[in-house]
Amino acid sequence: MPFPLPHAFATLPAEQLAPLARHYAAAMASRRRHVYIGLAVIAVCIALSSWMGEVKPAVFLTNAGRLGNYFYDITPTLTFANFAADLGEWFWNLDHWLKLLWDTILIAYLGTLFGGLGAFCLCFLASANLVRSPWIRMGVRRFLEFCRTVPEIVFALLFVVAFGLGPMPGVLALSIHTMGALGKLFAEVVENIDMKPVDGATASGADWVQTVRFAVLPQVLSNFASYGLLRFEENVREAAIMGFVGAGGIGQDLVEAVRKFYYSDVSAILLLIIGTVVIIDLVTERVRHALLGTERRS
Amino acid sequence: MNRARLAPDAADRARLAALHPAIFNPSLAQRAWTAGSLVVLVVLAAYAMWQLEFSFARIGSGIRQLWLFITLMVPPDPGTQLALYIHALGETLSIAFLGTFTGAVIAVPLGFLAARNVVPNFFLHMLVRRFLDVLRGVDRLIWALIFVTVVGLGPFAGILAIATASVGILAKLFSEAIEAIDRKAVEGILSTGGTAVDAVRFGLLPQVMPVLTSQVLYIFESNSRQSTIVGIVGAGGLGLHLVEQIRVLEWQKVSFLILMMLVMVAVIDFISSRLRFAIIGRKDVV
Repeated sequence: MPFPLPHAFATLPAEQLAPLARHYAAAMASRRRHVYIGLAVIAVCIALSSWMGEVKPAVFLTNAGRLGNYFYDITPTLTFANFAADLGEWFWNLDHWLKLLWDTILIAYLGTLFGGLGAFCLCFLASANLVRSPWIRMGVRRFLEFCRTVPEIVFALLFVVAFGLGPMPGVLALSIHTMGALGKLFAEVVENIDMKPVDGATASGADWVQTVRFAVLPQVLSNFASYGLLRFEENVREAAIMGFVGAGGIGQDLVEAVRKFYYSDVSAILLLIIGTVVIIDLVTERVRHALLGTERRS
Repeated sequence: MNRARLAPDAADRARLAALHPAIFNPSLAQRAWTAGSLVVLVVLAAYAMWQLEFSFARIGSGIRQLWLFITLMVPPDPGTQLALYIHALGETLSIAFLGTFTGAVIAVPLGFLAARNVVPNFFLHMLVRRFLDVLRGVDRLIWALIFVTVVGLGPFAGILAIATASVGILAKLFSEAIEAIDRKAVEGILSTGGTAVDAVRFGLLPQVMPVLTSQVLYIFESNSRQSTIVGIVGAGGLGLHLVEQIRVLEWQKVSFLILMMLVMVAVIDFISSRLRFAIIGRKDVV
């Protein structure tokens, strides 16, 4: 809504204004060009990957109904009149599933514990402020990078062949991935410590291990525990899919239910997994806040 | 220099101990707490290993097997299937790209709906948030499994799986970014006579766009890792071949496929971090 202002604006004379306006127009044109080029690149990428990914919109449209049907199929028949019995039928195998869920949590626990121990041992060697030799540091860092770049399920696939079916390869796969992920985070924590206690310990004659024990550890331990708990949350999700390749936990039953079209089982197991993940998230969040103190709530 | 001479002598140490009793003699409760938590960790680990039937004999034979596999893996060699693997790599890339792109496009409106300052209706944004929680709570591999049964084998199922999970993650991040904006820019535009569309275009978008783009790029990096493995349940890409070659124990091909994955992830990380820096200007947003 334009309305007359009570005073006139002081404007530059036209001969000064013209070059400024020209510069502005040029700058805007160049920005527009960048945006258009970006959009063109994205469009080309979409076209290429639709071709590579065998995207067929027509097929999707006919299947969109099937997607809805699938979710309709996996919802169980619950009647109000016979609610308890219906619920019992839906979760008919609850004891078995709860045992598998407990296994899943234990796999995540052991994976986090072993991986955390490995990360704990390696993180001090990967920190620039504690290790002078770039060779050790770089070696450890590349090793940790490898461990976290290869997906855990690929490790699980290999370990299932080597160690046989069961939860053990799952634990080992999770441990290796956790070691890579936590090792990097731990090393970042160690690199951000206050160096004065380290100088003090070195000055009073402590060797490397004593320095780490008395000057570094007290500063980093609560952060380590907090990152460990975060990783545990993540590992519970990952442990739930380890069964896809035969590495233990609830995943095995989920794959079977999906492949054999045991519809109500699929929704029951999915609900159990989501419920477990939510509960674990809530519990670890409480513990983490207790560990870090309430004032550092993120 | 003699390090021992730098350490305090006995008399000095006694004086220091008297000065700082809390450091030299931690209280019983503190020690009990530390020891107790360690014992709990160890006992739980022992119980877990018993429950999950750990056997050291199996670990021993397994490690020998694994070593054998590793020696068989070098040198990595695709055999005669290089063209097939390149095609699978293309599939993997398209799963990651289209999955992230579709997810991001769908996540924008949902992100606005889930933002407290855009939708004042408590129930609507609670509903949207719980829906996003479910999308996010189910792992991408589980989505892939479900989509394979719905749309059949192939990369298309992978795209849908990655897109579904990305919607859950991105819409939540978007809504947080939108909630964190500075209202002053929007108010300024409205007060100078701009319309609501102008306010969104010139007040809101410039604030959230760089954050959104960098988050999309982060999710793209993470999705590129996931897209290598959705093939394990039949949703196309490198994972499909990886499972097959592990089943038939073709270790040289296995190591070649893993190498392809690592190189692809490294290249994508490099490109995406360069793009992120270009967009947000040399400063990392976490």
